[in-house]
Amino acid sequence: MNTRSHYDVAIIGAGMSGLAAGIRLAHFGKQVCIFERHNTVGGLNSFYSIGGRKFDVGLHAMTNFVRPGVKGTPLGKLLRQLRIERDEFALCEQKQSRMAFGPRGETSLRFTNDFAVLESEIAAKFPTQIDGFRRLVAVVRGYDDVSLDAQPVSARAIVRRHLNEPLLEDMLFCPLMYYGSATERDMEFGQFVIMFKALFLEGFARPFEGVRLVLRVLLEKYRAAGGERRMKCGVQRIIARAGLATTLVLDSGDEITADHVISSIGAPETERLIALGPEIDRSADAVATKVGRLSFVETITILNRQPAELGWGSDTIIFFNDSERFHYERPATQVDPRSGVICLPNNFDYGPGRELSEGILRVTCLADYDHWANLSEDHYRADKQRWFEAVQRSAQRFLPPLAEPGALAAATLTTDMFTPRTITKFTGHFGGAIYGAPVKNRQGRTALANLYLCGTDQGFLGIVGAMLSGISMANYHVLQKG
Amino acid sequence: MPLTANMTKDECKKVVLDIIADIAPDEDLTNVKPDIRLRDQLQLDSMDFLDIVMELRKRHGIEVPEKDYQQLASLDSSAEYLAPKFNALAPKG
Repeated sequence: MNTRSHYDVAIIGAGMSGLAAGIRLAHFGKQVCIFERHNTVGGLNSFYSIGGRKFDVGLHAMTNFVRPGVKGTPLGKLLRQLRIERDEFALCEQKQSRMAFGPRGETSLRFTNDFAVLESEIAAKFPTQIDGFRRLVAVVRGYDDVSLDAQPVSARAIVRRHLNEPLLEDMLFCPLMYYGSATERDMEFGQFVIMFKALFLEGFARPFEGVRLVLRVLLEKYRAAGGERRMKCGVQRIIARAGLATTLVLDSGDEITADHVISSIGAPETERLIALGPEIDRSADAVATKVGRLSFVETITILNRQPAELGWGSDTIIFFNDSERFHYERPATQVDPRSGVICLPNNFDYGPGRELSEGILRVTCLADYDHWANLSEDHYRADKQRWFEAVQRSAQRFLPPLAEPGALAAATLTTDMFTPRTITKFTGHFGGAIYGAPVKNRQGRTALANLYLCGTDQGFLGIVGAMLSGISMANYHVLQKG
Repeated sequence: MPLTANMTKDECKKVVLDIIADIAPDEDLTNVKPDIRLRDQLQLDSMDFLDIVMELRKRHGIEVPEKDYQQLASLDSSAEYLAPKFNALAPKG
């Protein structure tokens, strides 16, 4: 039972970034407690159970995969900083992924964890662009993407200096946007670089047990280092005095004090907790610019066989788009099924004779929070059903054709679907915005001098980025100050 | 390693190497040259150097102020710098 009422550091949220920050701080002797409103850890990368079956949310794949011996990349930094042995994550590599564009995916670019594959695909399919692509890659490799004070620049503008084929441009942006961009249509170049390295120059992998294994490793490190956590115990208010966060009021009504507070719940979500203190612009416009506009639905289909038995055994992840241009923006309708991401978690290389016990097909598409938020329960269920079918039908155009049209339905054991509403309900993120606010706050500063942000709104993307965010904010704001 | 009243420079080097072995288990430390900058023979970045400093504080109560970080550049310079600090900590007599 945790009964302490003062901590060196209080962390709000037990997602990947909060746990990583907690491990660092506890390891170096700080009294730390993580406060989590939900009953499971993981935040946006978590899992839930229905009918005895566990479903992962968030994690399709761990990005930033590099093989042992490759040093100086985010994965290596993360492992070192958290004192995690590489084998503990037991990462299994993807088979192959691809971008498939056109009404039936006519133009396809394959990529694997070997960058040469993507390069040769581009050379073969876009011969006029390969020199420009190589120049772009050189710029990406040379860019300092972890600088905490870089100035924002348009990634589209920089990419167009090197490529003049809009189809290729869109095909490159599609995975990078879907896997982490909080901005519509364009990305900040630093974010583009982070994602380009994470997906293309590094790669995809997954532990056999999925996100649960990653969370278990983090929790074990945190516990062993002496960190405390309180579950089903959210923070409802931050009381500020003289520019400092002085007290956290918990959902239970109990009050906690801390020298430092690190919030992983998002920038506008954190501001809302600040009850008193410095001026925060709470006008509708000010809030709107901070709440992300991008949300998603995801369909999950559990199969009674491996996807390979349906002819879907080669692709790990497919990023698809059926239209002339790729539209990464908040849709005008509930869901935009024109583009999306297909994930087949069975298609990682788990080693000889090892396969997931059931087949899983996940499809993600862009969605509009407002169209989902205020539906009556009946309408919500009906719309979910309708869009489930539309999303799955759209995605199937980019998978190899089935031997028989009814084969997918015949193989389906059960299905589930999350919507923007689900995301807000379980993670507290306004607007169902998985990737948070469009403008990132690299230094994690807030209106209060001892309250810092980590996670999505600090701006290192992906799961590895989330953990590095927690690490770097703990280092920068607490540990480096002694 | 028990800290003796008089830490030799070799013992100081061992302290630093033990820390590096824990923070960077993927580095091969068998042939680290004491007179060459660690950064030039191992893949250590600024986050790793910060960790060496913090582990010195955590494990041995040794404080290395930021202005002295460069003293930890090589094993030799680390030993020069750390030996008096360790010996100042050790009980007298």
